Amino acid sequence: MELKKLKAEGKYEWVIPRQGEMRVPGKIFANQGLVEEMDEKVYEQISNVACLPGIQKFSLAMPDAHWGYGFPIGGVAAFDPTQGGVVSVGGVGFDVNCGVRTLHTGLDLEEVKPRLKELVDILFNIVPAGLGSRGKISLSSSQVEGVLTKGSQWVVELGYGEKEDLEFTEENGMVPGGDPGAVSQKALQRERRQVGTLGSGNHYLEVQWVEEIYEPSTAAKFGFKENMVVITIHCGSRALGHQVGTDYLRTLAEASRKYGIPIRERELVCAPVDSPEGRRYFSAVNCAINYAFANRQVITHLVREGLGKVFPQAEAKLLYDVGHNTCKVETHRIDGQERQVYVHRKGATRAFGPQRKELPRPYQGVGQPVIIGGTMGTSSYILVGTESGEEKAFASVCHGAGRRMSRKRAMRTWRGERLLDELKSQGIYIRGHSMSGLAEEAPLAYKDVSEVVEAIHNGGLARKVVKLKPIGCVKG
Amino acid sequence: MGRFEYFEHLADMGIIGWGASLAQAFEEAAKAMFNLMVEIDQVEPKQRISIRCQGGDREELFVEWLNALLTEADINGMVFSRFSVESLTGEELSGWVRGEGLDPERHHAKTEVKAATYSGLAVGEKGGEFYARCVVDL
Repeated sequence: MELKKLKAEGKYEWVIPRQGEMRVPGKIFANQGLVEEMDEKVYEQISNVACLPGIQKFSLAMPDAHWGYGFPIGGVAAFDPTQGGVVSVGGVGFDVNCGVRTLHTGLDLEEVKPRLKELVDILFNIVPAGLGSRGKISLSSSQVEGVLTKGSQWVVELGYGEKEDLEFTEENGMVPGGDPGAVSQKALQRERRQVGTLGSGNHYLEVQWVEEIYEPSTAAKFGFKENMVVITIHCGSRALGHQVGTDYLRTLAEASRKYGIPIRERELVCAPVDSPEGRRYFSAVNCAINYAFANRQVITHLVREGLGKVFPQAEAKLLYDVGHNTCKVETHRIDGQERQVYVHRKGATRAFGPQRKELPRPYQGVGQPVIIGGTMGTSSYILVGTESGEEKAFASVCHGAGRRMSRKRAMRTWRGERLLDELKSQGIYIRGHSMSGLAEEAPLAYKDVSEVVEAIHNGGLARKVVKLKPIGCVKG
Repeated sequence: MGRFEYFEHLADMGIIGWGASLAQAFEEAAKAMFNLMVEIDQVEPKQRISIRCQGGDREELFVEWLNALLTEADINGMVFSRFSVESLTGEELSGWVRGEGLDPERHHAKTEVKAATYSGLAVGEKGGEFYARCVVDL
């Protein structure tokens, strides 16, 4: 992206001044190098989002931003329904509430290393993944309704996991306002035995260890010790969520025409929050959010089963679960007033500061744990949300490293088998369901996650707490 | 003769179908999409499924066609290798597809396609050939 079109505010904030039909300015959080590397399309998409009715303060992009669907991936925007604010498919994405959760194991790196292969193989076998994968859980239609309205809470009641898990899931694993009537028959048909499945693409189960602690007091509150092993799960709402996105793409395309919403890009289709189409879409999104929570909850149960077979002494406790493709009703301070807004985070993570009442009790006064997934060969990070991040970015941060090379080029550059050997020589044991899929996910196809996280940390959106290194990974 | 190809997209994948008619361009794009999921040469056209969809214009209709195929494949646990658009007006499409039950090993399962999107979407004619393109979310 050309720097001359931007106004630098310090080293980590870049403003796109308001122009033309933009209702608010745009803002990118990143260092100069990351901004220069960003696609021009990101500039365009931030500006287009800034034109949508009811948008508040800024149209934002995170340091891992890249060309997305209407919104950039790594885009954040908040809309006020009382000012004609909208909900947009582009701001949520097709994999609704795709997200990550990290589980403590209580095990030490040296304990795990000798039996790593066994552990990863068991996880590979126990958690269904890959194209068209189905699990063992067949839900009756009333049970599906339970999942859509009660999310993790419902599957915990069915015996998948523990009550305590709920406290450590965003929204306690259940957003209100999900009306299953807003979810199409096709979406329900596609659900068939998919709760508890990982999917494919960039979804993964990763065995990681704490390599570095940056903030010992916060790390201790989050339960981290040096060399401790954790397991991170990355997946979303599966075909049901994808179908919700697909169904409402068309509905909102019609709504955009009906309400005469000036959209500069077709993918920005949206409807006023306060319209029958907008309410219905938001309701369907809530159902899909709940489905994704339930999915990660059931996978957690399977991971515990697998872990217990290799390490009966392990105690898998949930650190936190957070989504990164969402639209949520949240209260934020805008122009000196507490206001309720619809915050869209497309490829961006919520990062509440220490004072938010939504936080689990042990994290109150500390801040929300934020999980930033890297690649299977590099690092992941745990950060903590800050008050300044709430002020600057509606309590949002990036969600990962962000790609720097297309899948097509990655496939031409690497072979899955070679990559596995290379990573093995670095002490990282990988099992994948597709060799070409592995090549697409090559670590070098992604931006340097450390640089992205530095930009978040130095920009004041969240603070680094620990760095995690992978030793084992199951790829969908 | 129709053909399909891919275009670069940072996070996902762009697909293009080319053909002597718009219908053929749609069919070829469908091949491009299923070829991301499996090796379509390995998929036998055993079972036929009818497809019908609507859209506000031909671009929307193209995305609806691709998404209808993803939905049918998933609901039936199938993958497809033959595609036929029988009738295509500005706002409605009808046709059929053929394929068989997904066998991850025999079909060399690759990646899931989450959805066809409005990104990079274009339908038109160039140098006497028709094309239909968009980005699919992986």
